[in-house]
Amino acid sequence: MRLSGRGVRCVRGGRDVFSGLDFEASSGEALAIIGANGSGKFLLLRMIAGLLAIAEGSIGLEGGETELTLPEQAHYLGHRDALKPALSVLENLSFWRDFLGGERSGAKKDLKEGLEESLAAVGLDHAVHLPAAYLSAGQRRRLSIARLLTVRRPIWLLDEPTNALDVAGQSLFARLMGEHLGSGGVIVAATHAPLGIAARELRIGGVS
Amino acid sequence: MTALAALIRRDIAISLRVGGGALIGVLFFLTVVVLMPFAVGPDLALLTRLGPAILWLGALLASLLTLDRLFTADHDDGSLDLIVMGRTPLELACAAKALAHWVAAGLPLVIATPVLGLLLNLDALSTSAVALTLLAGTPALTFTGMIGAALAVTLHRGGLLLAVLVLPLSIPVLIFGVAASQAAISGLSFGAPFSILCALSLISFVIGPFAAAASLRHGLD
Repeated sequence: MRLSGRGVRCVRGGRDVFSGLDFEASSGEALAIIGANGSGKFLLLRMIAGLLAIAEGSIGLEGGETELTLPEQAHYLGHRDALKPALSVLENLSFWRDFLGGERSGAKKDLKEGLEESLAAVGLDHAVHLPAAYLSAGQRRRLSIARLLTVRRPIWLLDEPTNALDVAGQSLFARLMGEHLGSGGVIVAATHAPLGIAARELRIGGVS
Repeated sequence: MTALAALIRRDIAISLRVGGGALIGVLFFLTVVVLMPFAVGPDLALLTRLGPAILWLGALLASLLTLDRLFTADHDDGSLDLIVMGRTPLELACAAKALAHWVAAGLPLVIATPVLGLLLNLDALSTSAVALTLLAGTPALTFTGMIGAALAVTLHRGGLLLAVLVLPLSIPVLIFGVAASQAAISGLSFGAPFSILCALSLISFVIGPFAAAASLRHGLD
């Protein structure tokens, strides 16, 4: 599987943010998008996720499932965490599992255990029935990460993934990313902080 | 289907919980109807004559009040991005959201109508006629309103713009809703206006989700 972009150009409010950008990432590879504030890291992620129109050039995926589009095979972990404060931790996660089409086979009990397994993997198993409104920023981030584990998608698009995570959380997430790459996944992350895993750097903007 | 059922269940659960705002619409409906006799005066005959129109106006404004939440909440917390990216067609997801919104915010208005009819001196027949027309007409208000809600999200303007966009679209629903109720009360032909009202609802089921999904797809950034 290979995710690649050719001559990608991004226009925002009539102004060129970046243009002529080439990149690629194959199975088991992480790509760290690096650049100053306002250089368009976030915009590039949203282009890959299909949430922003590509002004010029193309972004494609080779070797994925042919019947699905690129965004349909990708997880997007943005700075907004897509959690509903009124729902409990478990309800939030089970909604995204059902909506994004995670494993539905097996008895109801097994399904619930699957969710609890993901929550345990991110260290939230003590707060299963707590409304998400009471979670701290770091815990919310952990719950979003549990979504990536519950539903399998080969491509992870991460926007500042280590924000708000404590040191233990950062090394935990580095381990989870390593496992994802090990199983043939692709990671594209926009970041300022080191990811904690080996990643190819993609520098955008920066030329004044 | 699992995805749509999950979306409907989640939206209903959120709006029924604390801070969800499903009952705000009913409270507003109650306020409008209670204020009306004070404005019109203690003329029972006049109230009876105006009753169906007052109930319909109240329901229209109440449903407009809560429409704002249909997409903004999901947009603000990033859920909308994931819904757009999902494998479920966006049109169906929009329809599911509108259905959930109607169950949580529109249906309570219909259920409250018999109680509010008492305040306007409407008899049992008139009240049930209004409730029936509201049952047939409020889905149209929700599904056409959804277009405005989607535009308001993508244009980053909430509240007021939504009202300005949606009100003109809901005028036909209001006309035929009130006409059908008046016809039932005065013994005129109820069938014709009521059929048109149902037709408006059915048209909105088709156009609403497509228009809203198109607006979301092109407007997100």
